[in-house]
Amino acid sequence: MPRIEETSLPGVGIRLDFTAEDGSRIGVVHHRTGRRELFVCMAEDPDTAAVSFTLSDEDSHALSEALGGSTVIANLMDLQQRVEGLAIDWLTVDADTPYAGRTIGDARIRTRTGVSVVAVIRGDEAHPAPGPDFHIEASDTLVVVGTPEGIKTVDQILTGG
Amino acid sequence: MEQGAQLLLELGAVVLALGILARLASRLAISPIPLYLLAGLALGEGGLVPVVTGEEFIEVGAELGVIFLLLMLGLEYSARELVAGIRSMAPSGVVDFALNFTPGFVAGLVLGWGIVPALYLGGVTYISSTGVIAKLLNDLGWSGNRETPVILSILVFEDLVMAVLLPILAVLALGGSTAGALLAVGIAIGAMSAAIGFAYRQGDRLGELVFHRSDEVSLLTVFGLTLVIAGLAEGANVSAAVGAFLVGISLSGEAVARADALLAPLRDLFAAVFFVFFGLSTDPGEIPEVLLVAVILGIVTATTKLLGGGWAARRHGVGQAGQRRTGLALMARGEFSIIIAGLAAGVAGAEDLPALAATYVLLMAVTGPLAAKFAEPRRRDVTVGHGL
Repeated sequence: MPRIEETSLPGVGIRLDFTAEDGSRIGVVHHRTGRRELFVCMAEDPDTAAVSFTLSDEDSHALSEALGGSTVIANLMDLQQRVEGLAIDWLTVDADTPYAGRTIGDARIRTRTGVSVVAVIRGDEAHPAPGPDFHIEASDTLVVVGTPEGIKTVDQILTGG
Repeated sequence: MEQGAQLLLELGAVVLALGILARLASRLAISPIPLYLLAGLALGEGGLVPVVTGEEFIEVGAELGVIFLLLMLGLEYSARELVAGIRSMAPSGVVDFALNFTPGFVAGLVLGWGIVPALYLGGVTYISSTGVIAKLLNDLGWSGNRETPVILSILVFEDLVMAVLLPILAVLALGGSTAGALLAVGIAIGAMSAAIGFAYRQGDRLGELVFHRSDEVSLLTVFGLTLVIAGLAEGANVSAAVGAFLVGISLSGEAVARADALLAPLRDLFAAVFFVFFGLSTDPGEIPEVLLVAVILGIVTATTKLLGGGWAARRHGVGQAGQRRTGLALMARGEFSIIIAGLAAGVAGAEDLPALAATYVLLMAVTGPLAAKFAEPRRRDVTVGHGL
């Protein structure tokens, strides 16, 4: 990984940047006002920002997720390759499911389908490895692992089926 | 008409006009400072619509404007940044000073103003406009450029030099002796080192003490504290502006980030009043006389900023395009040149200084950013998620 250099910009904020493999310089200016500015300097002229974007908080989250996403997907593909027939999915809990506000144990997901709930994502927070007494709420996202058929059944349970 | 009503009408008209000018400046993407100055020139004696009743209020407002400008400047820098600025930029800062102070100083002597007014003019041509340049870097998307830390560090250095220069000028303006001037400088440097040292160790704690979760408490405390220190500094001939700058430096830490949102509107209001006041107290009839000198000074000091800035950027390993940009960015003069010229009011021999400084700043605050813009025409600026 290239080293990220930190430069103080007096009165403005901090600049973090690194030189990419192709020689271009990529970085982010963190303004003290909280604004983030992403910039790219081409390899021909590493002194000059050829493009710069202002990113809001949400934009920054979205971008880092999109960048990080590739590694998650790669890891999952890897996992799926190693275990034939294993599927993983993200299921959203609908408001009209009878299990909203009740525990994972109540839904008897594992007993009925053999599928494991490996994490619950609520808002920005992730709860890994929830126990059977973990309360599910509407609009939670459950990360589940199991057979494709089993996951389909869980989805039906969570959508009120 | 009753005087109270007249006062409100006059002030209202002035502030409303400033609002319209600020809108125009934003539309044209230029600094509003030259427009405020022009408004002041139009309103003053010998101008189009003289303001009579409101002048006293505007005068006090102008003084507050200087204090707010310097307080916010001090708040903007952390002690670490100031120390780093002095350390890494000393050679570049000295070259920048020598190249840009000299033309103004020499011009003052050539015009036969005498040494003290010439020193003021040197200050006017020396100091770049932190406000105009910060906005310029932002507008042109130069924040990520390699030369940007060099530009900002030179500005820090200039601001520190100004804090030393102002007391010297203040004492000399009062007709004080060299010993008196040295004493004032001693006080200023001592107080500044103390403030930076204090901010280094205790600034966060002071910040926590002064700032409160209630905006009202924070505002009144900071404002009152600043005025008291500014008053003490003025009493010690160190100049109120330097006092306000010291308060800004001494405060640091988390809480200060909020101060920006709290104080910026007040600064904008009173700084606008300050520029108008400066225009008001300048006789527009004198501008034709000084125009030629202002243009020559402008051309000379634009060149010296290009040379000095370029040299500083080269020292820090920036390529040719970046060296040129450094000089172009630093060309703009603005608020601090006007502050220095404003302090010369009443100095014998400096009668032409306000008109010359106003004309000079009108030229440099407009042409500096324009030169920078046209020198770098190929830019793709993209804003994500904000319409268009």
